[in-house]
Amino acid sequence: MSATEVRASTGVVARGAKRATLAGRQARAGLLLALPSVALILVFFWGPVLYGLWLSLTDFDVYAIADPSAVRFIGLGNYLHAFSEPDFWNALRITLVYALVGAPVSVAVSLATALLVDAKTTRWKPFFRAVYFAPVVTTLVAVAIVWRYLYQPQYGLVNALLGKFGIPRIDWLGDPHWALPAILVLAVWKNFGYNLLIFVAGLQNVPRELHEAAELDGASGWQRFWNVTLPELAPVFLFVSVTTMINYFQLFAEPYVMTQGGPLKSTNSLVLLMYEQGFRWWRLGYAAALAFILFAVILGATAVQMRLQQREGRA
Amino acid sequence: MRRWLGVLGLVAFVAGCAASRPGPVKLRMWAMGREGEVVGELVRDFERGHPGIRVEVQQIPWTAAHEKLLTAVVGGSLPDVGQLGNSWISEFGTLESLVPLDPFLVRGELSRDAYFGGIWDTNVLDGVTYGVPWYVDTRLLFYRKDMLERAGYKSMPTDWKGWKECLRAVKARGGPGHYGIFLPTNEWMTPVVLGLQSGSPLLADGGTRGAFEEAAYRRAFDYYLGMFREGLAPAIGFNEIANKYQELSRGTFAMMVTGPWELGEFTRRLPDSLQSQWSTAAMPGPDGPGVSFAGGSSLVLFHGTKHPEEAWELVRFLSEPAQQVRFWRLTGDLPARREAWADTALTADARTRAFGDQLTRTEPCPMVPEWEEIATRVYEQADRAIRGATSPDSALATLDRLVDKMLEKRRWLAARRSAAGHRGRT
Repeated sequence: MSATEVRASTGVVARGAKRATLAGRQARAGLLLALPSVALILVFFWGPVLYGLWLSLTDFDVYAIADPSAVRFIGLGNYLHAFSEPDFWNALRITLVYALVGAPVSVAVSLATALLVDAKTTRWKPFFRAVYFAPVVTTLVAVAIVWRYLYQPQYGLVNALLGKFGIPRIDWLGDPHWALPAILVLAVWKNFGYNLLIFVAGLQNVPRELHEAAELDGASGWQRFWNVTLPELAPVFLFVSVTTMINYFQLFAEPYVMTQGGPLKSTNSLVLLMYEQGFRWWRLGYAAALAFILFAVILGATAVQMRLQQREGRA
Repeated sequence: MRRWLGVLGLVAFVAGCAASRPGPVKLRMWAMGREGEVVGELVRDFERGHPGIRVEVQQIPWTAAHEKLLTAVVGGSLPDVGQLGNSWISEFGTLESLVPLDPFLVRGELSRDAYFGGIWDTNVLDGVTYGVPWYVDTRLLFYRKDMLERAGYKSMPTDWKGWKECLRAVKARGGPGHYGIFLPTNEWMTPVVLGLQSGSPLLADGGTRGAFEEAAYRRAFDYYLGMFREGLAPAIGFNEIANKYQELSRGTFAMMVTGPWELGEFTRRLPDSLQSQWSTAAMPGPDGPGVSFAGGSSLVLFHGTKHPEEAWELVRFLSEPAQQVRFWRLTGDLPARREAWADTALTADARTRAFGDQLTRTEPCPMVPEWEEIATRVYEQADRAIRGATSPDSALATLDRLVDKMLEKRRWLAARRSAAGHRGRT
C-alpha cells in the first residue's frame, strides 16, 4: 500500500482526482490479485475453522449421521465434559510431556548433530546430512515396523545391547512406564534431521571472523559456542524451538502406529484422543472441542516461549 | 477437433461394449484381522461354484475397523457384504446402513434354529434381523486339573457356591502368595458375565439407564467382590502380572476366565509337563450352569449394495456347515452353526467341547452403541471397590450415575420419538 502511495505522490503534475482514481485502480488490482488466495483461505481455512467451532458447541455424534435433526446445541457442554474426564487430563499430561521433554531433547539432538556435521574436521558432509535426513523422509509406517523389532522384549536389538551391560529386559511397548520414553526416542530419531538441516544452514551463516577473533582472545571451544555460535543462531533457534514444540504438541502418528495410545493409555496424546473420539466413536462435537482446547494450549505455550526467548535476547 | 471426436467415439464404443456384454458381478467384501486373511481361500471355492460372481476381499485390521466402517457410512462407500463384530450390529442398524435380512430368511435357507440362540439374537434389533452369525466367541473357565484334584475336586463345580468353595480349597493348599483364580481387575468381562448370570439386564428402560444398583446386579457384584475380599483372586490388573501363563504354570492360581483363542495359546505356552493337566469348563451360575456372554462376528449386507442376491449367496455359502468347519480349522474361530459342531474334530477335543456346551447358554450384552464405553466404566468402578477406594454401594451408585450421563442422548431421542408418536396418533 505504501508503495502505491509513494508512486502516486510522485506524479506531482497529476490532478488530485486523477491521483485518486489511479490509487483506487491500483488498490482494486491489488485486491483482484489477492482474491484467489483470500478466497482459498476463506473456503479451506476459515470455513472449516468456524464450522469446527460451531461443531464444538453441539453434541454431534453417531446418532446424527442417520438423522441430522438429532444434533443439539449444548453451549460449552463439551468443554465442561472434557474438564471432568480423567481421560482428557491424562492425555493433556502426556501431551505436555511430549512437548516439554520431547521438543527440547529433539532440538538439542539436532543442534549437537549439526555442530558435528558442520565441524571443520568433518569429511563427507553431504553424506552425513543425507543420512540424518533420511528418517524424516521415510514413511513412518515402515519405520514403525523396524522399531517394533528393535523394541521387541525378547529378541530386540535394544534389549540385547542393554543386556550386555547387565540391564534386565524391558518390555518397551508393553510396560506403561516405558512406553512413553520409547515413543519419545522414536519421535526424536524420526524428526531431528529436519531441524538439523536448518541448524546447519544457520551455522554456515555465523561469520568466521567472530570465531577467529574469539580464538585470538583465547576463548575455549565451549566459550565460543556459548558466546558466539548461540547468540548468532538466536533467530534460527527461536524458529526451530517454536515449530518443534508445536509439532510435539500435535504428536499423533508415532503413538498411533506403535501403541495405539496404550498400554493403559500411557502414550495417548491429545490428538490421538481427539482422533479416537471423533473418528472411532464419531463424537465429532466433543472431538472439535478437544481441538480448540489444544489450540488454546499451543497458543499459550508459544506465547510464553516467545516472551522468554525475547527477554533472553535482550539480556 | 477431429481428434476429440475420435476420442469421444472410442469412449462411446467402449461404453457400448460394456453395456451389451455384462461381465461377472463384482462383490466387494470387507473382513477383519485374521478372518480377512483366510476368507479368501473359502471365497475362491465360492467363485468356482458361481462363475458369474467375482468377490474382492479387502482385509481391515481390527484396530481401524470401526472408524473405517463409520467413515464409509458417511462417505457412502460401504462394500456389498462384510464381517461385523456383533456388538456393532445395533450401532450400524441404527444408522440404517445394514440390509434387513428377513426377506431372505423367509425362504427358509437359513434360520435361527440352526444356530446357537443367544448368538443369533445379537443380530436382531427391534424384531429385524440384520446379520447371520459367522463365528462365535464366549468366555469360560480354563483351569489346572491337577491343582483341583489335589484340593479334592475331580471336576469343576457348576454353581456359584461350589465354585467359591473349590477356590477356597485350592487357596488353602497353596498357602500364602497363592490364589484360586486370576480375575484381572481391569477387565469387564467377568463382572458383566456374573451380572448376566444373576439375571441383570445391565441397562434398563430400553437401554437408556444403568441398572447396576438393582438387586440382580448387586448380588453378582457382591459375589465378585467376595473373590477379592477372601483373597481367592489377587487384586491386580493385566499390566501388573508379567506373564499369566507362567503364573498359572507355577500354581500362583489354578484358573482364569478367558476365550477360545486361548486354546492355542495354552498349548503353545504351558510347559510340556502341564499339557495333560489343563482343561476348560463352562461358567458356573448362581444355581447350576450359568450363561456367558455372546460375542463373535456376523455376516451382513451393507445398505446400498446393488447385488443383494449375489451377496446373500455368499453369506449362505460361508454359513454352510462344511465351510464353517473349514473356517474353524483355518482360524480356530468357533462355528456359529450347530450342525458344524457335529463334526468329530470339534467334539473329539474335550476342551473345545466345553465351548460347545457353553454356547447353548449365552446372552448378548446390551445392544447400544455406547456399550464399549459403559463396559470400561463397569470395571473401573469394580476396581475402585476391590481396592477399597470406595464402598460397594457407592461404586454402584457412581456407576449408574456415569452410565445415565452417557445415555442422556438416548433418553432424549426416545422422548422425542414418543412425542412424535403421540402427535401421529392424535
